[in-house]
Amino acid sequence: MAGTETKSTGGRSRGASKARGAMKNTPAIAEFSKEEELKAYREMLLIRRFEEKAGQLYGMGVIGGFCHLYIGQEAVVVGMEMSKVQGDQMITSYRDHGHMLACGMDPNGVMAELAGRQGGLSKGKGGSMHMFSKEKEFYGGHGIVGAQVPLGTGLAFTNKYKENGNVALTFFGDGAVNQGQVYEAFNMAKLWNLPVIYVIENNKYGMGTSVERASSTTDLSQRGQSFGIPGVQVDGMDVRAVKAATDYAMEWCREGNGPYILEMITYRYRGHSMSDPAKYRSKDEVQKMKSEHDPIEQVRARLLEKKWASEDELKAIDKEVRGIASAAADFAQSDSEPDASELYTDIIL
Amino acid sequence: MPIEILMPALSPTMEEGNLSKWVKKEGDTVSAGDVIAEIETDKATMEVEAVDEGVLGKILIEEGAEGVKVNTPIAVLLEEGEDASAINTAAAAPAAEAAPAAEAAPASPAVVTSPAPAATGDEYVSPCAPIKVEVGQDPEIPAGTEMRSTTVREALRDAMAEEMRRNENVFLMGEEVGEYQGAYKISQGLLDEFGEKRVIDTPITEHGFTGLAVGAAMSGLNPIVEFMTFNFAMQAIDQIINSAAKTLYMSGGQMGAPIVFRGPNGAAARVGAQHSQDYAAWYASIPGMKVIQPYTAADAKGLLKAAIRDPNPVVFLENEILYGQHFDVPVMDDYVLPIGRAKVVREGTDVTLVSWGIGMTYALPAAEELAKQGVSAEVIDLRSIRPLDIDTILASVRKTGRLVTVEEAFPIASVSSEIAFQTQEQAFDFLDAPVLRVTGKDVPMPYAANLEKLALPTAKEVIDAVKAVTYTA
Repeated sequence: MAGTETKSTGGRSRGASKARGAMKNTPAIAEFSKEEELKAYREMLLIRRFEEKAGQLYGMGVIGGFCHLYIGQEAVVVGMEMSKVQGDQMITSYRDHGHMLACGMDPNGVMAELAGRQGGLSKGKGGSMHMFSKEKEFYGGHGIVGAQVPLGTGLAFTNKYKENGNVALTFFGDGAVNQGQVYEAFNMAKLWNLPVIYVIENNKYGMGTSVERASSTTDLSQRGQSFGIPGVQVDGMDVRAVKAATDYAMEWCREGNGPYILEMITYRYRGHSMSDPAKYRSKDEVQKMKSEHDPIEQVRARLLEKKWASEDELKAIDKEVRGIASAAADFAQSDSEPDASELYTDIIL
Repeated sequence: MPIEILMPALSPTMEEGNLSKWVKKEGDTVSAGDVIAEIETDKATMEVEAVDEGVLGKILIEEGAEGVKVNTPIAVLLEEGEDASAINTAAAAPAAEAAPAAEAAPASPAVVTSPAPAATGDEYVSPCAPIKVEVGQDPEIPAGTEMRSTTVREALRDAMAEEMRRNENVFLMGEEVGEYQGAYKISQGLLDEFGEKRVIDTPITEHGFTGLAVGAAMSGLNPIVEFMTFNFAMQAIDQIINSAAKTLYMSGGQMGAPIVFRGPNGAAARVGAQHSQDYAAWYASIPGMKVIQPYTAADAKGLLKAAIRDPNPVVFLENEILYGQHFDVPVMDDYVLPIGRAKVVREGTDVTLVSWGIGMTYALPAAEELAKQGVSAEVIDLRSIRPLDIDTILASVRKTGRLVTVEEAFPIASVSSEIAFQTQEQAFDFLDAPVLRVTGKDVPMPYAANLEKLALPTAKEVIDAVKAVTYTA
């Protein structure tokens, strides 16, 4: 499978050389301080443990309907979050739990929403795919593939209109890149030079269909070419590469150059949703990604190698985030369902 | 405390499955993420991954077991420092508690999902009644206020200009709204006054620019999206309904989309099937949306100003044929009308005619002609489709006992259908005849002039319907 060769060259990948004005003088890998490595480790681990817990609660029937886990892709959102400043927005698809945790939304509120409880971030009325936070500038949580791309472009439109200097991070998958509205948005974003980073989380499969079986061209970072939008492929399993590429793209946007595309080469370990048996890929492929490219293990290895943390200290972090995930699960299960009167609220103002 | 591993549900509908294979055996060390077993559902074979770390202490359900209910304990995991002796207590006690809890579960939803509006006394309250929205009254027009003859076109432009002066976050976006001055000249002069930052010519990409505008609304702006015609908004209907109308609810009230979608709707003249359709019923069926369809210039102005100020997504349906018609508009500093309030435009006693938008051009001449024939028709201009001012209709029907609706849209699942339904539901005993509707015919709009005329309603059809319900035919 071609896609698994993720070229851990970050910003200097093949895409970069072709893209106009892209990343010439930027290091492909950000140098992380001890604090940054530890932060990345903890944030990614929190997402992983939270998602494992969510998977477990789904299995117990506490979470219903659809539930799309982010396990394997943690470095993408964590690395990008590390590059954000106050007021930068995020918007994504239905695979959104990781984004919410990364931008600081309350794990109890997220888990309770997954369980459809009153303490959920949408009072139990949104579900796994639909959560929002005005405070954290998180704009959902969208269930229609590709619909968040024009919406995220609209967030960038607001930034330009208000001249607030912020950038809208608009996440979508390799499945969404073939939706027509993505290109309608690309065109307007470049036409009006809107500050938006299009983050294509290429986890190789749109549900059960591989990129190769769905896309006529598979270097998705170049999908902006006919609109004059530069883009690069980034090793989305290496949080330092994600951070470096995002720093560059952020600056590009803030300087008024318009949109930028970052194709994050990543991988989801679990199925598309909980009910996906993932028969379209081999176990070896999954195992290879887990053992050779795991985003969390990479940081862990560096922390130990540089003696920035001991096994015991890392175990303590694991225990702490496990505690958060467990507490969230306990909260979600003990919280009550929304009051029946909530059926009729929040429909119209 | 040993951890019980439960039979997982692996799809939204799974209730039981077969435990086809144990990948780990008793005594094996298990890490989070390890595949421990395989389970077969009616759809597929799925792997069960461990969530916690430990040693597989005991397998409770053997490989090959069929019809294992979801949430049945299938194994026990020992955590660090625990030995097998901990299993007995764990396997016995919590399992015994878990089973009845699982069985009791199906009964519980009945408690939480009882419909909110409870019936009082013997009066029937529909559990599927539309939600009630507080609606104010029309503003008083002070005696002596100058009335100026204005086209609907000018009234719409004036409304936008006034609101753009009032709030700098209001902007207009659409195809040809700027330099071309509007495909139907509605935005004439706006680019000159407000500049290209706020009067934005878009590429021909309805789906894209509608989504962009909804995103801008969610993040604090107040967009007015002009569709060259609502026929083209079908390209964008996902963003209008799924993104704009549902976000407030899905976010638990945290954020919504204050946005106006406006443009000509319905049949123009001789433009054929793809450019001649009335979408009022489509949008009006969506909770989370307001829908306005004005007839006069004064209503167009007052309601568009209200729509721009409204915190909800509003669909504002205009009509190309009405754009050039003149009506008196009060010359007032700030003429804003309440959304959701119908207007009795002609009082009468024998029959109630309910219409809106261009439908009024059939209803009003029909009422005039009926008056000459001695039939007194009360004419209501609905103005807003959602919220629907059913109270004004019912008050009239209780007086006249007869109801005829008039609109240009297709008859099936139309706004007329809804009015007739609600009227029979709430005023059945007051009706002296079936409710009749005069609508466009149930055919795609033909091009040929004679056929097009046949496809649209006529004042004569309204008169005939009134004669039928008053038994004077």
